[in-house]
Amino acid sequence: MVNLGIKIHELDFKNPIMLASGTCGFGEEIADFLDLSRLGGIVVKGTTLKHREGNAYPRMAETPSGMLNAVGLQNKGVDNFIANIYPRIKDIDTHIIVNVNGSTIEDYVALTERLNELDKIPAIELNISCPNVKEGGMAFGISCPSAEAVVKAVRKVYSKTLIVKLSPNVTNIADIAKAVESQGADSVSLINTLLGMAVNAETRKPVLSTITGGLSGPAIKPIALRMVWQVYNAVKIPVMGMGGIMNATDAIEFMIAGASTVQIGTAIFIDPTIPVQIVDGLALYMERHKMQSVSELIGSLQC
Amino acid sequence: MKKTVIDLLLLENKQLNKDNFLLKLQSPVPVSDIFPGQFVNVEIKDAQEIFLRRPFSVLDVDYQAQTITLLVKILGRGSKKLTEAQPGVQISTILPLGKSFTLPEKDDHILLIGGGSGVAPMLFLAKLCGLDPENVHVLIGARSITDHIDIEEYKPFGNFYFTTEDGSLGEKGYVTNHPVFTNKLNEFTKIYTCGPDLMMKAIGRIALENKLFCEVSLENMMACGFGVCLCCVEDTKAGHKCVCTDGPVFNVNDLKW
Repeated sequence: MVNLGIKIHELDFKNPIMLASGTCGFGEEIADFLDLSRLGGIVVKGTTLKHREGNAYPRMAETPSGMLNAVGLQNKGVDNFIANIYPRIKDIDTHIIVNVNGSTIEDYVALTERLNELDKIPAIELNISCPNVKEGGMAFGISCPSAEAVVKAVRKVYSKTLIVKLSPNVTNIADIAKAVESQGADSVSLINTLLGMAVNAETRKPVLSTITGGLSGPAIKPIALRMVWQVYNAVKIPVMGMGGIMNATDAIEFMIAGASTVQIGTAIFIDPTIPVQIVDGLALYMERHKMQSVSELIGSLQC
Repeated sequence: MKKTVIDLLLLENKQLNKDNFLLKLQSPVPVSDIFPGQFVNVEIKDAQEIFLRRPFSVLDVDYQAQTITLLVKILGRGSKKLTEAQPGVQISTILPLGKSFTLPEKDDHILLIGGGSGVAPMLFLAKLCGLDPENVHVLIGARSITDHIDIEEYKPFGNFYFTTEDGSLGEKGYVTNHPVFTNKLNEFTKIYTCGPDLMMKAIGRIALENKLFCEVSLENMMACGFGVCLCCVEDTKAGHKCVCTDGPVFNVNDLKW
Protein backbone atom coordinates (compact mmCIF):
# COMPACT_ATOMS: atom_id res chain seq x y z
CA MET A 1 0.00 0.00 0.00
CA VAL A 2 1.52 3.30 -1.05
CA ASN A 3 1.45 6.27 1.28
CA LEU A 4 -0.46 9.13 -0.32
CA GLY A 5 -0.22 11.35 2.76
CA ILE A 6 1.34 14.78 2.53
CA LYS A 7 1.94 17.50 5.07
CA ILE A 8 1.28 21.17 4.32
CA HIS A 9 2.49 23.39 7.16
CA GLU A 10 1.00 21.67 10.21
CA LEU A 11 -1.75 19.89 8.34
CA ASP A 12 -1.65 16.24 7.39
CA PHE A 13 -3.58 15.54 4.21
CA LYS A 14 -4.58 11.91 3.65
CA ASN A 15 -3.77 12.41 -0.02
CA PRO A 16 -2.85 15.34 -2.26
CA ILE A 17 -6.18 15.51 -4.09
CA MET A 18 -8.35 18.48 -3.18
CA LEU A 19 -11.42 20.15 -4.66
CA ALA A 20 -11.00 23.72 -5.89
CA SER A 21 -13.08 26.58 -4.59
CA GLY A 22 -16.06 27.53 -6.70
CA THR A 23 -16.37 24.14 -8.35
CA CYS A 24 -17.67 21.96 -5.53
CA GLY A 25 -20.06 24.22 -3.62
CA PHE A 26 -19.73 23.31 0.04
CA GLY A 27 -19.11 19.67 -0.72
CA GLU A 28 -22.63 18.58 0.11
CA GLU A 29 -23.91 19.45 -3.38
CA ILE A 30 -21.78 16.67 -4.84
CA ALA A 31 -21.99 14.18 -1.97
CA ASP A 32 -24.35 12.01 -4.05
CA PHE A 33 -21.57 11.38 -6.53
CA LEU A 34 -18.51 10.63 -4.43
CA ASP A 35 -17.27 9.84 -0.95
CA LEU A 36 -15.85 13.19 0.16
CA SER A 37 -13.86 11.52 2.92
CA ARG A 38 -11.64 9.93 0.30
CA LEU A 39 -10.24 13.34 -0.63
CA GLY A 40 -7.35 15.23 0.88
CA GLY A 41 -9.37 18.41 1.26
CA ILE A 42 -12.19 20.54 0.00
CA VAL A 43 -11.85 24.26 -0.60
CA VAL A 44 -15.41 25.48 -0.30
CA LYS A 45 -17.08 28.29 -2.24
CA GLY A 46 -15.53 31.75 -1.99
CA THR A 47 -16.93 33.50 1.06
CA THR A 48 -17.22 37.20 1.82
CA LEU A 49 -18.08 39.15 4.94
CA LYS A 50 -21.48 40.15 3.56
CA HIS A 51 -23.96 38.46 1.25
CA ARG A 52 -23.18 38.91 -2.44
CA GLU A 53 -25.60 38.30 -5.30
CA GLY A 54 -22.76 37.97 -7.79
CA ASN A 55 -22.85 39.14 -11.39
CA ALA A 56 -25.82 39.19 -13.74
CA TYR A 57 -26.61 36.28 -16.06
CA PRO A 58 -25.09 35.20 -18.46
CA ARG A 59 -22.11 34.08 -16.44
CA MET A 60 -20.50 31.41 -18.57
CA ALA A 61 -19.28 30.64 -22.05
CA GLU A 62 -17.92 27.39 -23.36
CA THR A 63 -14.55 27.83 -25.06
CA PRO A 64 -12.16 25.42 -26.80
CA SER A 65 -11.10 22.92 -24.10
CA GLY A 66 -12.43 25.11 -21.35
CA MET A 67 -14.90 27.67 -20.21
CA LEU A 68 -15.19 31.24 -19.03
CA ASN A 69 -17.06 32.13 -15.88
CA ALA A 70 -18.06 35.42 -14.36
CA VAL A 71 -19.94 34.34 -11.25
CA GLY A 72 -18.55 37.15 -9.12
CA LEU A 73 -18.39 35.46 -5.72
CA GLN A 74 -22.09 34.85 -5.23
CA ASN A 75 -22.44 33.71 -1.62
CA LYS A 76 -24.60 34.36 1.42
CA GLY A 77 -21.85 35.80 3.58
CA VAL A 78 -19.86 34.45 6.49
CA ASP A 79 -22.68 34.66 9.07
CA ASN A 80 -24.80 32.34 6.99
CA PHE A 81 -21.82 30.05 6.48
CA ILE A 82 -21.19 29.77 10.20
CA ALA A 83 -24.83 29.42 11.19
CA ASN A 84 -26.17 27.18 8.45
CA ILE A 85 -23.49 25.52 6.41
CA TYR A 86 -20.62 24.87 8.80
CA PRO A 87 -22.70 22.68 11.15
CA ARG A 88 -23.71 20.48 8.21
CA ILE A 89 -20.23 19.98 6.75
CA LYS A 90 -17.85 20.20 9.70
CA ASP A 91 -17.81 16.47 10.37
CA ILE A 92 -16.96 15.41 6.84
CA ASP A 93 -13.75 13.43 7.28
CA THR A 94 -11.49 15.62 5.18
CA HIS A 95 -9.94 19.06 5.57
CA ILE A 96 -12.54 21.75 4.97
CA ILE A 97 -10.82 24.93 3.85
CA VAL A 98 -12.64 28.21 3.30
CA ASN A 99 -11.78 30.48 0.39
CA VAL A 100 -11.66 34.03 1.79
CA ASN A 101 -12.46 37.15 -0.24
CA GLY A 102 -12.69 40.85 0.36
CA SER A 103 -12.93 44.26 -1.22
CA THR A 104 -10.62 45.82 1.37
CA ILE A 105 -7.90 44.60 3.71
CA GLU A 106 -10.29 45.24 6.60
CA ASP A 107 -12.81 42.85 4.98
CA TYR A 108 -10.22 40.10 4.68
CA VAL A 109 -9.15 40.57 8.29
CA ALA A 110 -12.68 40.66 9.71
CA LEU A 111 -13.69 37.57 7.75
CA THR A 112 -10.55 35.69 8.78
CA GLU A 113 -11.19 36.48 12.44
CA ARG A 114 -14.65 34.94 12.15
CA LEU A 115 -13.29 31.78 10.53
CA ASN A 116 -10.53 31.52 13.12
CA GLU A 117 -13.23 30.67 15.67
CA LEU A 118 -14.25 27.52 13.82
CA ASP A 119 -12.52 24.39 15.17
CA LYS A 120 -13.10 22.28 12.08
CA ILE A 121 -11.73 24.79 9.61
CA PRO A 122 -7.98 24.11 9.85
CA ALA A 123 -6.96 26.43 7.02
CA ILE A 124 -8.08 29.29 4.84
CA GLU A 125 -7.28 30.01 1.24
CA LEU A 126 -6.84 33.74 0.87
CA ASN A 127 -8.18 34.59 -2.55
CA ILE A 128 -6.31 37.59 -3.91
CA SER A 129 -6.97 36.54 -7.47
CA CYS A 130 -10.69 36.59 -8.30
CA PRO A 131 -10.95 38.24 -11.74
CA ASN A 132 -14.72 38.71 -11.56
CA VAL A 133 -15.26 41.38 -8.92
CA LYS A 134 -14.95 45.12 -9.40
CA GLU A 135 -13.33 45.88 -6.07
CA GLY A 136 -10.57 43.99 -4.34
CA GLY A 137 -10.13 40.40 -5.51
CA MET A 138 -7.48 40.18 -8.17
CA ALA A 139 -6.40 43.80 -7.55
CA PHE A 140 -4.62 42.58 -4.41
CA GLY A 141 -2.88 39.76 -6.19
CA ILE A 142 -1.32 41.53 -9.15
CA SER A 143 1.25 43.66 -7.36
CA CYS A 144 3.81 42.66 -4.73
CA PRO A 145 3.12 45.54 -2.30
CA SER A 146 -0.66 44.98 -2.21
CA ALA A 147 -0.26 41.19 -1.94
CA GLU A 148 2.20 41.68 0.91
CA ALA A 149 -0.11 44.11 2.68
CA VAL A 150 -3.14 41.83 2.71
CA VAL A 151 -1.18 38.72 3.71
CA LYS A 152 0.60 40.63 6.48
CA ALA A 153 -2.70 41.88 7.91
CA VAL A 154 -4.36 38.48 7.77
CA ARG A 155 -1.33 36.66 9.18
CA LYS A 156 -1.55 38.82 12.30
CA VAL A 157 -5.00 37.49 13.14
CA TYR A 158 -4.70 33.92 11.86
CA SER A 159 -2.55 31.26 13.44
CA LYS A 160 -3.75 28.23 11.49
CA THR A 161 -2.65 27.23 7.99
CA LEU A 162 -2.72 30.18 5.62
CA ILE A 163 -2.82 29.39 1.92
CA VAL A 164 -2.73 32.26 -0.58
CA LYS A 165 -4.35 31.75 -3.97
CA LEU A 166 -2.42 33.47 -6.73
CA SER A 167 -3.48 35.09 -9.96
CA PRO A 168 -1.88 34.08 -13.26
CA ASN A 169 -2.71 37.51 -14.67
CA VAL A 170 0.68 38.91 -13.74
CA THR A 171 4.06 39.46 -15.37
CA ASN A 172 5.97 37.30 -12.92
CA ILE A 173 4.01 35.02 -10.61
CA ALA A 174 7.17 33.92 -8.78
CA ASP A 175 7.65 37.47 -7.50
CA ILE A 176 4.13 37.51 -6.06
CA ALA A 177 4.70 34.09 -4.49
CA LYS A 178 7.91 35.31 -2.85
CA ALA A 179 6.12 38.42 -1.62
CA VAL A 180 3.36 36.45 0.13
CA GLU A 181 5.89 33.95 1.50
CA SER A 182 7.82 36.85 3.05
CA GLN A 183 4.71 37.85 4.98
CA GLY A 184 4.14 34.44 6.46
CA ALA A 185 1.97 32.51 4.01
CA ASP A 186 2.19 28.78 4.72
CA SER A 187 1.40 27.71 1.18
CA VAL A 188 0.45 29.16 -2.18
CA SER A 189 -2.23 27.75 -4.48
CA LEU A 190 -2.20 28.45 -8.19
CA ILE A 191 -3.48 29.23 -10.66
CA ASN A 192 -6.77 31.05 -10.41
CA THR A 193 -8.49 31.65 -13.75
CA LEU A 194 -6.95 33.61 -16.59
CA LEU A 195 -8.77 36.72 -17.67
CA GLY A 196 -10.48 36.13 -20.98
CA MET A 197 -13.52 37.05 -23.02
CA ALA A 198 -15.99 35.72 -25.56
CA VAL A 199 -17.80 37.56 -28.32
CA ASN A 200 -20.97 36.63 -30.19
CA ALA A 201 -20.20 37.37 -33.84
CA GLU A 202 -23.88 37.48 -34.85
CA THR A 203 -25.01 40.00 -32.26
CA ARG A 204 -21.61 41.69 -31.86
CA LYS A 205 -22.17 41.54 -28.13
CA PRO A 206 -20.04 40.04 -25.39
CA VAL A 207 -21.25 36.61 -24.26
CA LEU A 208 -20.73 37.40 -20.57
CA SER A 209 -22.66 40.11 -18.75
CA THR A 210 -19.35 41.36 -17.38
CA ILE A 211 -17.66 41.26 -20.82
CA THR A 212 -14.56 39.57 -19.37
CA GLY A 213 -14.39 36.46 -17.21
CA GLY A 214 -12.09 33.79 -15.88
CA LEU A 215 -10.85 31.01 -18.17
CA SER A 216 -10.48 27.51 -16.75
CA GLY A 217 -10.22 23.95 -17.99
CA PRO A 218 -7.58 22.03 -19.97
CA ALA A 219 -6.99 25.10 -22.16
CA ILE A 220 -5.00 26.67 -19.32
CA LYS A 221 -3.11 23.57 -18.16
CA PRO A 222 0.23 24.31 -19.87
CA ILE A 223 0.25 27.82 -18.40
CA ALA A 224 -0.64 26.50 -14.95
CA LEU A 225 2.09 23.85 -15.13
CA ARG A 226 4.65 26.44 -16.12
CA MET A 227 3.65 28.72 -13.28
CA VAL A 228 3.65 25.92 -10.70
CA TRP A 229 7.15 25.00 -11.80
CA GLN A 230 8.33 28.64 -11.63
CA VAL A 231 6.84 29.17 -8.18
CA TYR A 232 8.13 25.83 -6.87
CA ASN A 233 11.62 26.95 -7.81
CA ALA A 234 11.18 30.37 -6.22
CA VAL A 235 9.73 29.64 -2.76
CA LYS A 236 10.28 27.21 0.12
CA ILE A 237 6.62 26.87 1.14
CA PRO A 238 4.56 24.09 -0.47
CA VAL A 239 2.66 24.77 -3.67
CA MET A 240 -0.90 23.64 -4.41
CA GLY A 241 -1.27 23.27 -8.15
CA MET A 242 -4.38 23.60 -10.26
CA GLY A 243 -5.51 24.53 -13.74
CA GLY A 244 -7.23 22.14 -16.12
CA ILE A 245 -6.57 18.88 -14.27
CA MET A 246 -8.93 16.30 -15.80
CA ASN A 247 -7.36 12.98 -14.78
CA ALA A 248 -4.66 11.33 -12.68
CA THR A 249 -1.97 11.89 -15.29
CA ASP A 250 -2.63 15.62 -15.27
CA ALA A 251 -2.45 15.66 -11.47
CA ILE A 252 0.84 13.73 -11.51
CA GLU A 253 2.30 16.18 -14.03
CA PHE A 254 1.55 19.05 -11.65
CA MET A 255 3.23 17.20 -8.80
CA ILE A 256 6.29 16.47 -10.91
CA ALA A 257 6.42 20.20 -11.73
CA GLY A 258 6.44 20.95 -8.01
CA ALA A 259 2.92 20.82 -6.59
CA SER A 260 2.61 19.19 -3.16
CA THR A 261 -1.15 18.92 -3.56
CA VAL A 262 -3.44 19.54 -6.50
CA GLN A 263 -6.92 20.95 -6.74
CA ILE A 264 -9.53 19.62 -9.13
CA GLY A 265 -11.90 22.28 -10.42
CA THR A 266 -13.68 22.55 -13.74
CA ALA A 267 -13.38 18.79 -14.30
CA ILE A 268 -16.03 18.35 -11.59
CA PHE A 269 -18.58 20.01 -13.89
CA ILE A 270 -17.99 17.33 -16.50
CA ASP A 271 -17.83 14.43 -14.08
CA PRO A 272 -18.00 14.90 -10.30
CA THR A 273 -16.58 11.43 -9.72
CA ILE A 274 -13.24 12.41 -11.31
CA PRO A 275 -11.53 13.52 -8.04
CA VAL A 276 -11.83 10.07 -6.47
CA GLN A 277 -10.73 8.45 -9.73
CA ILE A 278 -7.63 10.65 -9.53
CA VAL A 279 -6.88 9.45 -5.98
CA ASP A 280 -7.02 5.86 -7.24
CA GLY A 281 -5.03 6.70 -10.36
CA LEU A 282 -2.29 8.34 -8.34
CA ALA A 283 -1.95 5.27 -6.11
CA LEU A 284 -1.70 3.00 -9.15
CA TYR A 285 0.92 5.24 -10.72
CA MET A 286 3.02 5.18 -7.55
CA GLU A 287 2.83 1.41 -7.34
CA ARG A 288 3.83 1.13 -10.97
CA HIS A 289 6.79 3.45 -10.39
CA LYS A 290 7.68 1.78 -7.09
CA MET A 291 7.31 4.96 -5.07
CA GLN A 292 6.67 4.72 -1.35
CA SER A 293 5.62 8.31 -0.73
CA VAL A 294 4.21 11.16 -2.77
CA SER A 295 7.14 13.29 -1.65
CA GLU A 296 9.23 11.31 -4.14
CA LEU A 297 7.04 12.71 -6.87
CA ILE A 298 6.90 16.36 -5.85
CA GLY A 299 9.27 18.48 -7.91
CA SER A 300 10.84 15.41 -9.47
CA LEU A 301 11.04 17.00 -12.90
CA GLN A 302 14.23 15.83 -14.60
CA CYS A 303 15.50 18.62 -16.79
CA MET B 1 -32.86 8.42 -6.52
CA LYS B 2 -29.38 9.78 -5.92
CA LYS B 3 -27.83 11.93 -8.59
CA THR B 4 -25.55 9.65 -10.56
CA VAL B 5 -23.01 9.72 -13.36
CA ILE B 6 -24.09 6.78 -15.47
CA ASP B 7 -23.60 5.31 -18.92
CA LEU B 8 -26.84 4.60 -20.77
CA LEU B 9 -27.11 2.41 -23.86
CA LEU B 10 -28.56 4.16 -26.89
CA LEU B 11 -31.37 1.89 -28.10
CA GLU B 12 -32.92 4.10 -30.72
CA ASN B 13 -32.17 7.39 -32.46
CA LYS B 14 -35.14 8.50 -34.54
CA GLN B 15 -35.29 11.67 -36.60
CA LEU B 16 -38.71 13.25 -36.09
CA ASN B 17 -38.29 16.18 -38.43
CA LYS B 18 -35.51 18.44 -39.68
CA ASP B 19 -34.11 19.44 -36.32
CA ASN B 20 -35.69 17.12 -33.75
CA PHE B 21 -34.55 13.67 -32.77
CA LEU B 22 -35.84 11.17 -30.29
CA LEU B 23 -33.17 9.27 -28.36
CA LYS B 24 -34.22 6.25 -26.35
CA LEU B 25 -31.72 5.14 -23.75
CA GLN B 26 -31.50 2.00 -21.66
CA SER B 27 -30.49 2.36 -18.03
CA PRO B 28 -28.77 -0.51 -16.22
CA VAL B 29 -30.44 0.54 -12.96
CA PRO B 30 -34.03 1.49 -12.04
CA VAL B 31 -35.07 5.00 -13.06
CA SER B 32 -38.15 5.18 -10.88
CA ASP B 33 -37.56 8.70 -9.61
CA ILE B 34 -37.36 10.72 -12.79
CA PHE B 35 -40.31 13.08 -13.20
CA PRO B 36 -41.58 15.61 -15.78
CA GLY B 37 -39.47 18.76 -15.79
CA GLN B 38 -36.30 17.07 -14.69
CA PHE B 39 -33.34 16.87 -17.02
CA VAL B 40 -30.31 14.83 -17.95
CA ASN B 41 -26.83 16.23 -18.60
CA VAL B 42 -25.27 14.41 -21.51
CA GLU B 43 -21.62 14.11 -22.41
CA ILE B 44 -20.86 14.74 -26.07
CA LYS B 45 -18.00 12.47 -26.99
CA ASP B 46 -15.36 12.89 -29.68
CA ALA B 47 -16.50 16.33 -30.67
CA GLN B 48 -13.99 19.03 -31.32
CA GLU B 49 -14.45 22.09 -29.11
CA ILE B 50 -17.28 20.53 -27.10
CA PHE B 51 -16.14 20.62 -23.50
CA LEU B 52 -19.23 20.73 -21.32
CA ARG B 53 -22.19 18.39 -21.10
CA ARG B 54 -25.49 19.38 -22.69
CA PRO B 55 -28.75 19.39 -20.73
CA PHE B 56 -31.88 17.81 -22.22
CA SER B 57 -35.29 17.53 -20.67
CA VAL B 58 -36.87 14.15 -20.39
CA LEU B 59 -39.66 13.33 -22.85
CA ASP B 60 -40.62 10.02 -21.35
CA VAL B 61 -39.56 7.30 -18.94
CA ASP B 62 -40.60 3.68 -19.06
CA TYR B 63 -40.15 2.79 -15.42
CA GLN B 64 -40.56 -0.94 -16.03
CA ALA B 65 -38.26 -1.22 -19.00
CA GLN B 66 -35.84 1.29 -17.38
CA THR B 67 -35.65 3.43 -20.49
CA ILE B 68 -35.41 7.19 -20.76
CA THR B 69 -36.41 9.08 -23.88
CA LEU B 70 -34.95 12.47 -24.68
CA LEU B 71 -36.12 14.95 -27.27
CA VAL B 72 -33.01 16.46 -28.79
CA LYS B 73 -33.33 19.54 -30.94
CA ILE B 74 -30.30 20.66 -32.93
CA LEU B 75 -29.37 24.04 -31.54
CA GLY B 76 -25.60 23.98 -31.94
CA ARG B 77 -22.59 21.74 -32.35
CA GLY B 78 -23.23 19.76 -29.16
CA SER B 79 -26.79 18.77 -29.87
CA LYS B 80 -25.94 18.12 -33.53
CA LYS B 81 -23.17 15.71 -32.57
CA LEU B 82 -25.48 13.89 -30.19
CA THR B 83 -28.08 13.37 -32.91
CA GLU B 84 -25.40 11.58 -34.96
CA ALA B 85 -24.93 8.88 -32.29
CA GLN B 86 -25.65 5.35 -33.47
CA PRO B 87 -27.71 2.81 -31.51
CA GLY B 88 -25.47 0.52 -29.49
CA VAL B 89 -23.16 3.22 -28.13
CA GLN B 90 -22.92 4.08 -24.46
CA ILE B 91 -23.80 7.66 -23.61
CA SER B 92 -22.54 9.17 -20.36
CA THR B 93 -25.23 11.04 -18.49
CA ILE B 94 -25.75 12.69 -15.14
CA LEU B 95 -29.26 12.23 -13.79
CA PRO B 96 -31.79 12.95 -12.43
CA LEU B 97 -31.22 16.70 -12.32
CA GLY B 98 -33.43 19.58 -11.30
CA LYS B 99 -36.86 19.80 -9.77
CA SER B 100 -39.94 18.49 -11.52
CA PHE B 101 -43.25 20.22 -12.14
CA THR B 102 -45.68 20.11 -9.23
CA LEU B 103 -47.94 17.21 -10.05
CA PRO B 104 -51.63 18.22 -10.23
CA GLU B 105 -54.20 17.07 -7.69
CA LYS B 106 -57.13 14.95 -8.72
CA ASP B 107 -59.63 17.79 -9.12
CA ASP B 108 -57.32 19.95 -11.20
CA HIS B 109 -58.02 21.08 -14.73
CA ILE B 110 -54.67 21.62 -16.32
CA LEU B 111 -53.36 23.42 -19.38
CA LEU B 112 -49.96 22.34 -20.67
CA ILE B 113 -48.33 24.65 -23.20
CA GLY B 114 -45.26 23.52 -25.10
CA GLY B 115 -43.32 25.49 -27.65
CA GLY B 116 -40.65 23.95 -29.88
CA SER B 117 -38.65 21.31 -28.02
CA GLY B 118 -40.34 22.53 -24.82
CA VAL B 119 -43.09 20.12 -25.77
CA ALA B 120 -41.06 17.26 -24.22
CA PRO B 121 -41.82 17.72 -20.51
CA MET B 122 -45.40 18.74 -21.34
CA LEU B 123 -46.10 15.42 -23.03
CA PHE B 124 -44.41 13.56 -20.18
CA LEU B 125 -46.51 15.45 -17.65
CA ALA B 126 -49.73 14.78 -19.58
CA LYS B 127 -48.92 11.07 -19.55
CA LEU B 128 -47.87 10.91 -15.92
CA CYS B 129 -50.27 13.28 -14.18
CA GLY B 130 -52.92 10.63 -13.66
CA LEU B 131 -55.85 12.95 -14.36
CA ASP B 132 -58.93 12.13 -16.39
CA PRO B 133 -57.82 13.01 -19.95
CA GLU B 134 -60.88 15.26 -20.16
CA ASN B 135 -59.20 17.55 -17.66
CA VAL B 136 -55.85 17.64 -19.43
CA HIS B 137 -55.45 20.18 -22.23
CA VAL B 138 -52.25 20.35 -24.22
CA LEU B 139 -51.51 23.34 -26.43
CA ILE B 140 -48.52 23.00 -28.74
CA GLY B 141 -46.98 25.80 -30.73
CA ALA B 142 -44.43 25.69 -33.53
CA ARG B 143 -43.25 27.79 -36.43
CA SER B 144 -44.67 25.46 -39.04
CA ILE B 145 -46.10 21.95 -39.44
CA THR B 146 -42.62 20.79 -40.46
CA ASP B 147 -41.33 21.73 -36.98
CA HIS B 148 -44.00 19.73 -35.21
CA ILE B 149 -43.21 16.37 -33.74
CA ASP B 150 -45.61 13.46 -33.88
CA ILE B 151 -47.54 13.25 -30.61
CA GLU B 152 -49.86 10.40 -31.59
CA GLU B 153 -48.70 8.24 -28.68
CA TYR B 154 -49.73 10.92 -26.18
CA LYS B 155 -53.18 11.68 -27.61
CA PRO B 156 -55.02 9.36 -25.18
CA PHE B 157 -53.80 11.46 -22.26
CA GLY B 158 -55.52 14.74 -23.07
CA ASN B 159 -57.12 17.18 -25.49
CA PHE B 160 -54.63 18.53 -27.98
CA TYR B 161 -54.58 21.91 -29.71
CA PHE B 162 -52.05 23.29 -32.15
CA THR B 163 -50.83 26.63 -33.38
CA THR B 164 -48.28 27.41 -36.06
CA GLU B 165 -46.92 30.77 -37.04
CA ASP B 166 -47.64 30.07 -40.71
CA GLY B 167 -51.01 28.42 -40.15
CA SER B 168 -49.88 25.09 -41.63
CA LEU B 169 -51.25 23.20 -38.61
CA GLY B 170 -53.99 24.23 -36.21
CA GLU B 171 -54.64 27.90 -35.56
CA LYS B 172 -52.40 30.47 -37.20
CA GLY B 173 -50.41 32.53 -34.74
CA TYR B 174 -48.90 32.03 -31.30
CA VAL B 175 -50.13 29.78 -28.51
CA THR B 176 -51.42 32.88 -26.71
CA ASN B 177 -53.74 33.55 -29.67
CA HIS B 178 -55.41 30.15 -29.49
CA PRO B 179 -59.06 30.16 -28.29
CA VAL B 180 -58.30 27.62 -25.57
CA PHE B 181 -55.92 30.20 -24.14
CA THR B 182 -57.81 33.41 -24.91
CA ASN B 183 -61.33 32.21 -24.03
CA LYS B 184 -60.97 29.37 -21.56
CA LEU B 185 -57.98 30.31 -19.46
CA ASN B 186 -59.92 30.81 -16.25
CA GLU B 187 -61.33 27.30 -16.47
CA PHE B 188 -57.91 25.91 -15.65
CA THR B 189 -56.60 25.45 -12.13
CA LYS B 190 -52.99 24.92 -13.16
CA ILE B 191 -50.98 26.05 -16.15
CA TYR B 192 -47.64 24.54 -17.04
CA THR B 193 -45.36 25.70 -19.80
CA CYS B 194 -42.01 24.99 -21.39
CA GLY B 195 -40.63 26.60 -24.50
CA PRO B 196 -38.98 29.77 -25.77
CA ASP B 197 -38.48 32.51 -23.19
CA LEU B 198 -40.70 35.00 -24.96
CA MET B 199 -43.56 32.52 -25.12
CA MET B 200 -43.25 31.58 -21.46
CA LYS B 201 -43.04 35.22 -20.43
CA ALA B 202 -46.20 36.08 -22.39
CA ILE B 203 -48.02 33.16 -20.78
CA GLY B 204 -46.57 33.85 -17.35
CA ARG B 205 -47.64 37.49 -17.35
CA ILE B 206 -51.19 36.65 -18.35
CA ALA B 207 -51.32 33.94 -15.67
CA LEU B 208 -50.10 36.47 -13.10
CA GLU B 209 -52.75 39.00 -14.17
CA ASN B 210 -55.40 36.32 -13.81
CA LYS B 211 -53.90 35.05 -10.54
CA LEU B 212 -53.56 31.56 -11.98
CA PHE B 213 -51.15 28.90 -10.79
CA CYS B 214 -48.44 28.76 -13.44
CA GLU B 215 -45.15 26.89 -13.56
CA VAL B 216 -42.53 27.49 -16.22
CA SER B 217 -39.37 25.61 -17.07
CA LEU B 218 -36.29 27.76 -17.68
CA GLU B 219 -33.34 26.90 -19.82
CA ASN B 220 -30.44 29.12 -18.72
CA MET B 221 -26.97 28.13 -19.90
CA MET B 222 -25.23 25.97 -17.35
CA ALA B 223 -21.88 24.30 -16.86
CA CYS B 224 -22.45 21.63 -14.19
CA GLY B 225 -26.18 20.95 -13.80
CA PHE B 226 -25.98 20.16 -10.08
CA GLY B 227 -25.57 23.49 -8.33
CA VAL B 228 -21.86 24.05 -7.96
CA CYS B 229 -20.83 26.35 -10.81
CA LEU B 230 -23.53 28.97 -10.11
CA CYS B 231 -23.58 29.97 -13.78
CA CYS B 232 -27.22 29.33 -14.70
CA VAL B 233 -28.76 31.76 -12.24
CA GLU B 234 -32.14 33.40 -12.72
CA ASP B 235 -32.72 36.75 -11.05
CA THR B 236 -35.79 35.88 -8.94
CA LYS B 237 -37.66 37.81 -6.27
CA ALA B 238 -35.53 35.91 -3.75
CA GLY B 239 -32.28 36.80 -5.54
CA HIS B 240 -30.17 34.68 -7.87
CA LYS B 241 -31.39 31.09 -7.97
CA CYS B 242 -29.75 28.21 -9.82
CA VAL B 243 -31.93 27.00 -12.67
CA CYS B 244 -30.29 23.56 -12.39
CA THR B 245 -31.13 22.89 -8.73
CA ASP B 246 -33.71 25.47 -7.61
CA GLY B 247 -35.41 24.93 -10.99
CA PRO B 248 -35.61 24.43 -13.89
CA VAL B 249 -39.27 24.62 -12.90
CA PHE B 250 -40.30 27.86 -11.23
CA ASN B 251 -43.65 29.26 -10.19
CA VAL B 252 -44.13 32.55 -12.08
CA ASN B 253 -44.92 34.21 -8.76
CA ASP B 254 -41.27 33.76 -7.78
CA LEU B 255 -39.87 35.29 -10.97
CA LYS B 256 -39.44 38.94 -11.83
CA TRP B 257 -41.74 38.66 -14.86
